[in-house]
Parts: sequence; C-alpha cells; structure tokens
Amino acid sequence: MNMETPAVTRIQFNVRDLLVKYGFIAVTLILFLLFFTTQDTFRLSTTFFSMLKFTSVVAITGLGITLSMAVGGLDLSVGAVAGMSVTLSAMTMVIYNQTGIVAVGIVLLAGAVIGAVNAFLIVVLKIPDLLATLASMFTVMGLKLVPVNGQSVSSGMILRDGSTARGKFTDAFLKMDTGKVGPIPYPVILFFVLTLITWFFLTRTKWGRAMYAVGSNPEAARLAGVRVKRYRALAYILSGILASISGLILASRIGQGDISAGNSLLLDSVAVALVGTSVLGLGRPNAWGTALGAFLMGVVITGLTIAGFPYYGQDVVKGLVLLLALIFSFTLSRKKSRFVPAV
Amino acid sequence: MSTPVQVKSISKSFGTNQVLRGISLDIHPGEIVSLMGANGAGKSTLIKILSGAYPEFEGEIWIDGEAVRIGSPLEARAQGIETVHQKIDDGIISGLSVAENLLFDRIGLNQIPTFCSPKRMVALSREVAQSLDLDWTDSELRADVYQLGIADKQMLLLARALSTKPKLLILDEPTSALSDKETERLFVVIKKLRAQGVAILYVSHRLGEIDELADRIFVLRDGLIQNEQAPPFKWDVALHAMLGSEVARELQHHEEHRGTTELLKAEGVQLFAESTPFSVGVRSGEVTGVIGLLGSGKSEFARAIFGAEPLIQGTFTLEGKAYHPHSPTEAVAEGVYLVSEDRALDGLLEGWNISRTVSLPFLKKVTSQGLLNFRAESELGSDLIKKLGVVAQSQSSTVESLSGGNQQKVMVGRWLIQEPKLLLLDEPFRGVDIGARREISRQIGNLAAAGSAAIVFSADIDEILEVADRIFVFVEGELRLETYLSNTTRSEIIQKMSEVA
Repeated sequence: MNMETPAVTRIQFNVRDLLVKYGFIAVTLILFLLFFTTQDTFRLSTTFFSMLKFTSVVAITGLGITLSMAVGGLDLSVGAVAGMSVTLSAMTMVIYNQTGIVAVGIVLLAGAVIGAVNAFLIVVLKIPDLLATLASMFTVMGLKLVPVNGQSVSSGMILRDGSTARGKFTDAFLKMDTGKVGPIPYPVILFFVLTLITWFFLTRTKWGRAMYAVGSNPEAARLAGVRVKRYRALAYILSGILASISGLILASRIGQGDISAGNSLLLDSVAVALVGTSVLGLGRPNAWGTALGAFLMGVVITGLTIAGFPYYGQDVVKGLVLLLALIFSFTLSRKKSRFVPAV
Repeated sequence: MSTPVQVKSISKSFGTNQVLRGISLDIHPGEIVSLMGANGAGKSTLIKILSGAYPEFEGEIWIDGEAVRIGSPLEARAQGIETVHQKIDDGIISGLSVAENLLFDRIGLNQIPTFCSPKRMVALSREVAQSLDLDWTDSELRADVYQLGIADKQMLLLARALSTKPKLLILDEPTSALSDKETERLFVVIKKLRAQGVAILYVSHRLGEIDELADRIFVLRDGLIQNEQAPPFKWDVALHAMLGSEVARELQHHEEHRGTTELLKAEGVQLFAESTPFSVGVRSGEVTGVIGLLGSGKSEFARAIFGAEPLIQGTFTLEGKAYHPHSPTEAVAEGVYLVSEDRALDGLLEGWNISRTVSLPFLKKVTSQGLLNFRAESELGSDLIKKLGVVAQSQSSTVESLSGGNQQKVMVGRWLIQEPKLLLLDEPFRGVDIGARREISRQIGNLAAAGSAAIVFSADIDEILEVADRIFVFVEGELRLETYLSNTTRSEIIQKMSEVA
C-alpha cells in the first residue's frame, strides 16, 4: 500500500463507504419525503397502508428468494408457485366446495412439495440452481392449467361434466386480504411477521448461520462439518412455502382462480431481494433489506402513479431502482458481493 | 538451429516478495531440461513469464540469438514458445470439435483462413494430428472434444502446441492426470520430439519421470537455481537442494514423545489407482509427521480420514471400532478434525469475524434449541485469541483483516480448542510467518502431550523435523518409511523421498 495517500482521497473513500452503507436508505427516505411533501394523496394513511398491502405479496416472495440466495442459489419458480396457489385455492373452494382452511392447507403443502422437488433437482440431480428452477417454473405454470382446462376458476362456472360449480371463495378466505387490525391490513401484518421470522431464522439460529456459510463458500462449509446439501434443500422448501403464502394473499385479493395471476411476481421479487442486499452495505441477502427493498419499490410506484406517471413506465423505474442498488453493491462497495449464482 | 533458448538473469517480484532472483538457464534444441522445486520455489512464476502470462519482469529471453519481447501468451507463441499447462481441461475448449481444438493455436496466430469449410478444417487438423502419429479418423476429428479421454486430450494439447512449430515446448506436470500406460505413451512422443530437435522444458515432481527423460536438471529454491546436474543424477543432492540444507535454517529441537495407544488404524489403504495399498497405525500422545512431495498422496490420505473424499480401497478403525466417515460432518462428530490445505480457497469465509469462523463447526455448542447464544460465541472467539496469541483487535474483527499467520492460528485454533481425538493438519505452515509457525507447532505438541493424536502433513522437511515425533514418508501414494524421529536422520528421509519407484 502507498503510505503517502493524500488526505483528500481518504475523505473521498469515506464518502464512498458512507454511500454504500446508508445510500440506499437515504434514497428511500428522500423519495418518501419528496412524495410526502408534494402529493396530498400520498400523505393519507390509507394510501400508506394500501401501498404496504400491495407490496406485501412481492415482499413475501422476495423473502423466499432471499433464503435461496443465502445458500448461494436463486429460486426462479416462486412466481409460478404463487400463481399455482391461486388456481389451487380456487379449485379447492369453488370446484371441490371445501373450506378456506382446507385450501390454505393444500396450497402450503403444494408449495413445500414444489420446493422439495427443486431441492431434489439441485441437490440430488446436481442441476445448477437457476436452470433447475427455470425448468420447474415452466412445468408448474403449465401444470396448473391442466385440471382447469386452461381457464380461470370462478363461482358458478360450468364444469367439465356440464354441472355448475357449487362452491365459492369463502368469506373467511377473502378476509385474508381485506381484514384489518385497526388501520393495518392483514397482509401487512403477515409481511411484517414473516420478515421478522426470516430475519430471526437467518441471523439468530444455527440453521440460518449454516445457510450463510453454505452460500459464502460451500467447500469451506462442508469442511467445517456443515451438511451443505440439507441446508440447500431446506432453503428451497422454505422458499416454496413463502411463495405459496403470497399466492394465498393474491388469491384472496382477486377472489377467483385467475390463471394469469403471479406472472409478473418473479421479476419483482428477485428485484427486491437484490435491492435488499445493498441495504446497509451488507452485500448479502437479508430479510430486512428485502422488506425495505419492497417498501422502496412500493413508494416509488405509488408516488409516481399518484403524480400521474403512466403505468407502462413502471418497469423503467423498477429497473433503474434495481440498477442503483446494484451500483451500490458491486461498483461502490469494497466487499466482493458473491450472492449471484453462476450457471 | 543449434542456438539454445536462453533465459538470462530473470527476476520477478510481487510487491516486496521477490520470487525469482536472477535465473539463468539455456535449453538446446533436442534437449529435455527438467525444472524441479518445491511449492513456492518460483517454478510456476518462471513458466508464466516464459509463456507470456507475466509481461513485467527483469532480465531477458533470447531465441535464435536475439532478445525477444514476451508481453502476452500470443506473443510467446509467435516467438516460438508453446506451453502445455498442468490442468488439461483448462486447455481444451469444450463445445468445439476435435479438429477445431487442434487448430486453435493456429487460428489465434491467423494462420487459418477466416472462412474455412469444415472439410478443409478437418484436412488441416489431420496434418496437426499426424505430427504425433495420432491416426484419428475424419469422424473422430469432427466429434465434440468432450468425447476424448483424458490421455487423448493431453495428446491433442501436445499436437496443438507442436502445430505452430515451437522452438521451446514447456510441459508443466503433463502426467499428473495420466495412468502409467498413458504416461508411457506420452514419453514415447516426448522422446520423439527431442529427436526432432525441439527444446523441451519438463516440469515435474515425479523423480522417476525426470530420471527417464531429462538430459539436465535444474533445482530451484527461493527463486535461485541451487543445483544443476547432468546424468547420472544424484537425487539426494537434488532433494537437499530442493528442500534446503540444515545450516540454512535454525532448527527448533523438541523432546520426542512416544504414544502408547493406537488411535487410528488404516488397513489396506490405497490412495491412487495404481499405488500399492499400505497399512499403518497412528498413536495418541505423539505427533505424526507425514512428509511427501506434491502428488505423494498425503492430502488424499488426510481428506479420506476426514471423510471429505472416498478411499479407493481400505478401511479405518478408530479406537478399535470401524470408522468410515461419509462426510466431514461424521468425522467431526467423532472428534476427528481437519485443518485444510488451502485456507483461502476452502477455509475462510469472506466477511466472517473470528468468533463466527471459530464457532461454525461447533454451532451446537453455542446454541440452545437452535438459537445462537452470541455471548457464548464471542467467548469462544476471545478464548481462541488468548490461547493462540492471535494478533487481532477483537474477536469481531474479520478474518481477512488478519495477517496470514494469524489467519492460520484461527483456522488451527478453532479445532484445537475443542479437544480433538485426532487433529489432521494439511500444510499448516504454508504462508505463515516464523512466529506463528512456532506457536502453532507448540500448540500441536501440547495437544499430543495432553493425550490426543495429531498428524501434520507437509512437503517441507524442516517443518516435519520441527513438529513430528514419528515420521511417515509418502512417495506416489505409498508409505516408504515409518519411523521415530530419534531413529532417523534428515538424510535418510531425503533418501527415502528420492527413491525412484
């Protein structure tokens, strides 16, 4: 190292470190304050909570992505699993006339099963994470259409045998999305609780610690006696379950088995999880980062929509937000960020 | 044609670390010169300079009586220096056909037309293949290169290297992935090339091969040529030069301990496909030192005991019970721990602090019902710092902020403080300063004195003499000597290491 580093460059370096650490939080705050001061509608507490409510679906899937990223992978099947959950909920309640509880149980189980299949493909069949979950994404997206003949499921629809579907989305099930505790919608509570649990799991339990070890250097983890395969499998199973939870919220929100539901979810949730890695300059996937990333995306989209920004421009904005986060993580950070899996 | 390729006083430094200190040697056409040296002697640096990977160095390279500039691998090739690197698969371009692979160097030199029909490509590549009498058919030449076996790939690389009619051919450990039979076939080719007048620089750790091929040998240590010989080669002299002489280093003598109880028994252990199985026991209460050059099988032995790699054949018994770990997890559960060879590659976790690094293999001990107890973890870290004298600001300093020696103290210490039954240390002193080395040796000695068993695996004879009570000499996957320190001498160990199979 050059010992005669001039003082000026040292200050610049400090600015850079500060930027990496707090840059993203600052951007979130500034944008929030900007919209807050300029847009009357943005100031309403109902706007705030409905923004959080819409964010919650992306955030919860993003938590699943965070787990798969923590073990050095990436679960591309989350959007498909959420979409499948919507159809599955509708089938259970509308076609088979079961209760909401049964639908929730079946959907969660299905999410875990898809996660386990992903784990099998990756850990046992040794297919690279991205490719395995890409394949299961397509399969799941197609498979859900088979029992419903490629059609959305809604109450009173004509079934294959000519009869009319007897069931409907139960009130309790619909309440999952519309229900509130005081001013706070249920999905927001779920979002918060699941973030808390994921954070706790990743940072306060030995399982989370082992997952980070696997993601950081699988061979070093193996030689430290960590059961690498088990933790990778666990991450994908949990990711499947989280995706199915967000699918349940989506189903409750739509109130019917819309076959196109969940289609855009994957890209949004990968984006928020990636954005999350840059929060506090951690350079690793983390639960609060993902939550904050989802929040920021929500603020930007809601703020711009209120300001009259056209809906078709939203993806440009999401892309730029992601790009900004990646610049914090990869260009400015002195840490080597290595949470992106190689194919 | 008779002017040699000359290397004139080449020096190379990385920062303050001078790796080569004025190397001069010449290689005549039709001559095989062998370069020997232990890890870190400067061999690979010299090869990288000659093959254009390090464009900045002091000194000159002369070819055909002229000083040449070698600033890139392409320039090296254009000047007539071809290198076949140790890792065969690094040279093979998968996804291309055998023919395209054969022509790859000539494509780089623009010697192949930009638009070249597959038919013409195959015809051109056949010429290349025939230079080594490889009678590959057209359909074999058209096939994807992955279908070739490892030996054929090596032949392909060799033929490709010859396709540019090199003046100097560098072969870096060309047999390390080959079987005996494939090696024989390769040697026939190499000898033929010599007869054709190619100057060959042959780098290997296998004395038998060098004995068979080389016309001269150069021994490199600490960036200097320590010994030059013409046949008949005196291998003990070469190895003395390679490993360093007694007077060169101050030796730390230690009291020899002898253990009484046999802890680990290895029976019929076979390390390589063609090595002879051996049986040996490791005792508690003493430090066993396993010495062998690169490729002697010592890492394979260590990793097999730790369950990180399967054995070809053989069984282990630990404390009289069958012991067959299928994973490191199982070994750790039995109290068998390994400090792995390359701490940067498969030891350290980036951004992890000392406490976390230390607790990772023993998370159970710092958790209750799965919940981490950060205080217990932090105490584990500070315990280790105290016990091994790690120089660090605190237990929450990241491991990469530490010096090499202190990093290694952490990697060794995290196993040491957990009372191992058997501690395996693979090259524990590599990249470690003398102070840390002494401290780690002392700790290993204390561990054995307290009744555990320790095995230190090293290629450095001084390190082994400094730490071991009992010594195993490994040569090409076989156990050649098993003795106590006081029953042997440095010369005997070197003698055994240099015995050619």
